[in-house]
Amino acid sequence: MIRLEGIDRSFQVGGEWVHALREISLEIPAGDYVAIMGPSGSGKSTLLNVIGLLDRPDRGRYLLGGVDAAGLTEEGRADLRRDKIGFVFQSFHLISRLTAAENVELPLVLAGTEPRVREARVAELLQQLNLSDRARHRPDQLSGGQRQRVAIARALAMRPAVLLADEPTGNLDLTSGREVVEILEGMNAKGITLLVVTHDPAIGGRAHRRIRMVDGLVEEGA
Amino acid sequence: MRTADLFVFGLKALGGARLRTALMLLSMTIGVGAVVMLTALGEGARRYVVESFSDLGTHLLIVLPGRSETTGTAPPMMGETPRDLTLNDAIALGRGRDVEFVAPLMIGSAPASSGGRLRDLTVVGSTWELQPVRHLRVRQGGFLPRGDADRASPVVVLGEKTLKELFGNQNPLGAWIRLGDRRFRVIGVLEPLGQSVGTDFSDIAIIPVASAQALFNSSSLFRILVQAKGRERIPKAREFILDTIRARHEGEEDVTVIAQDALLSTFDGILRALTYTVGAIAAVSLAVAGILIMNVMLVAVSQRTQEIGLLKALGASQRQVLGLFLAESALLSVLGAFTGLLAAQGVIWGVARLYPAFPIAAPLWAPIAAASVAVASGLLFGWLPARRASRLDPVLALAGG
Ligand SMILES: Nc1ncnc2c1ncn2[C@@H]1O[C@H](COP(=O)(O)OP(=O)(O)OP(=O)(O)O)[C@@H](O)[C@H]1O
Ligand SMILES: [Mg+2]
Repeated sequence: MIRLEGIDRSFQVGGEWVHALREISLEIPAGDYVAIMGPSGSGKSTLLNVIGLLDRPDRGRYLLGGVDAAGLTEEGRADLRRDKIGFVFQSFHLISRLTAAENVELPLVLAGTEPRVREARVAELLQQLNLSDRARHRPDQLSGGQRQRVAIARALAMRPAVLLADEPTGNLDLTSGREVVEILEGMNAKGITLLVVTHDPAIGGRAHRRIRMVDGLVEEGA
Repeated sequence: MRTADLFVFGLKALGGARLRTALMLLSMTIGVGAVVMLTALGEGARRYVVESFSDLGTHLLIVLPGRSETTGTAPPMMGETPRDLTLNDAIALGRGRDVEFVAPLMIGSAPASSGGRLRDLTVVGSTWELQPVRHLRVRQGGFLPRGDADRASPVVVLGEKTLKELFGNQNPLGAWIRLGDRRFRVIGVLEPLGQSVGTDFSDIAIIPVASAQALFNSSSLFRILVQAKGRERIPKAREFILDTIRARHEGEEDVTVIAQDALLSTFDGILRALTYTVGAIAAVSLAVAGILIMNVMLVAVSQRTQEIGLLKALGASQRQVLGLFLAESALLSVLGAFTGLLAAQGVIWGVARLYPAFPIAAPLWAPIAAASVAVASGLLFGWLPARRASRLDPVLALAGG
């Protein structure tokens, strides 16, 4: 599903270059459940952004579902991202003026899906995430756990092949965090490829595979 | 993305920043409203002047004796004097196919007396056709009788002021007055016309032109008023007048024909130019509103950076983000144009109710031009912020930078 070959990514900060990713090669088969761990600043988010086509590597090859990302235009990458990838963020990134249902609907709206199809899909997702009675609530009327569930529903709206979660439980209490992880694992059980960046060893322990990053380098296993 | 969804998203975004949106709409409303209202005022002034002139007869041609040479052709030959305009000339002009009415005019002054009161009067000799040509209204009795122009009957129609001076509050109809050495029977009294452009008809006595010729012992007319059958037939009527006079005056074109219409179109042109000018000045406020839109949208882009990052993470391309923000600017300007048109219409309606005599009305092009300039400036000035939004780096934008 995901194949990285010699990926490099560095940033210029002030006058110095920071190597966020060094010669990363990685293969993640479809349906895998991978936990990415490591100290702060080790490049975990940068790796996720490259995999999610939000960021472009300076060097190396990246294949998503057999498609070479390097050969794509900006629009092509946007389309691929929309159709294949779902993002879940630590800080939810819900649009505050929209209701829960409208937030979930957003990727479908951007994709130009028919309103009737959209409505059915949103209702189904909200039910699946136990949010049906919160459909018309705005984000500020929801608890942290509920907000993250709305964000997950939104990430699933386009039925992506890959779900990328960057510290999805970072802003949640233990119970809501556990709940969110269980939902993500449920999706993985249905076949979605799941990548979770986390500091929580408990979550890391549940993944099928652990990747440890240190200073832009990958250490498999641990 | 479906176009309807584009605008729904834009509307929700505008609804998310109510105060900002309201202020933007206000500035667009003022801009569009100002253009429409000011042009409506200009157009009203134009119509007012045109209508005042129409009271004088817009299809009117005035024939004066003597050629007024404005172009530098050969000087008149020595000893050549222009022929007089005669009653027969006037009668001949009446035969034109494009001529509706012909009113010969003779003007002179004569001492008038009635029951011991004596006064010098302006005496106008004409025919019944003077009434429709000059839009004269009779208050009492009738106007000059129809019939042959060369019949000299001893009847007179008095102006309002003349009547007061000669008769006071007595009923003048049927009474006789003396003009010079002749006696005339009063058959009608004119309604006061007000102070309209042209001759004051309240201070005169109107008698048949043939009687005037006898009274003043002269056959030359002061001028001939010719009313064409329509505005578009004025040139033909003028041609006919010149041809006829030339034929009757041994090949000499020794008259001047003035079209009331020419004067009118001059005023018309000036006032139209004025309307365009005030419209253009008001349009500056539309440009200001456009710059405000740009400012507001730039603020929106920086406030909604994370949202833009999110949209990109959800699969929005640069073009889509550009479209989303342009749609917001377009909505602002379209809604502003709409409320501006409504406001202007309200004011125009109010003015029309308050001053019914003033024909205020926006010319058709004004709302169309104002609305399209508003939308165009919204899109033009919305372009820069939208482009800035579309070019944000998604990773940095998500981080809030
Ligand atoms: N846009 C950027 N500009 C400059 N430097 C960057 C940028 N993005 C990341 N970096 C740097 O790259 C390195 C890796 O950052 P990254 O966000 O991937 O770390 P991380 O492992 O996700 O850390 P954390 O656990 O704190 O989220 C860091 O040193 C960071 O400062
Ligand atoms: Mg990170």
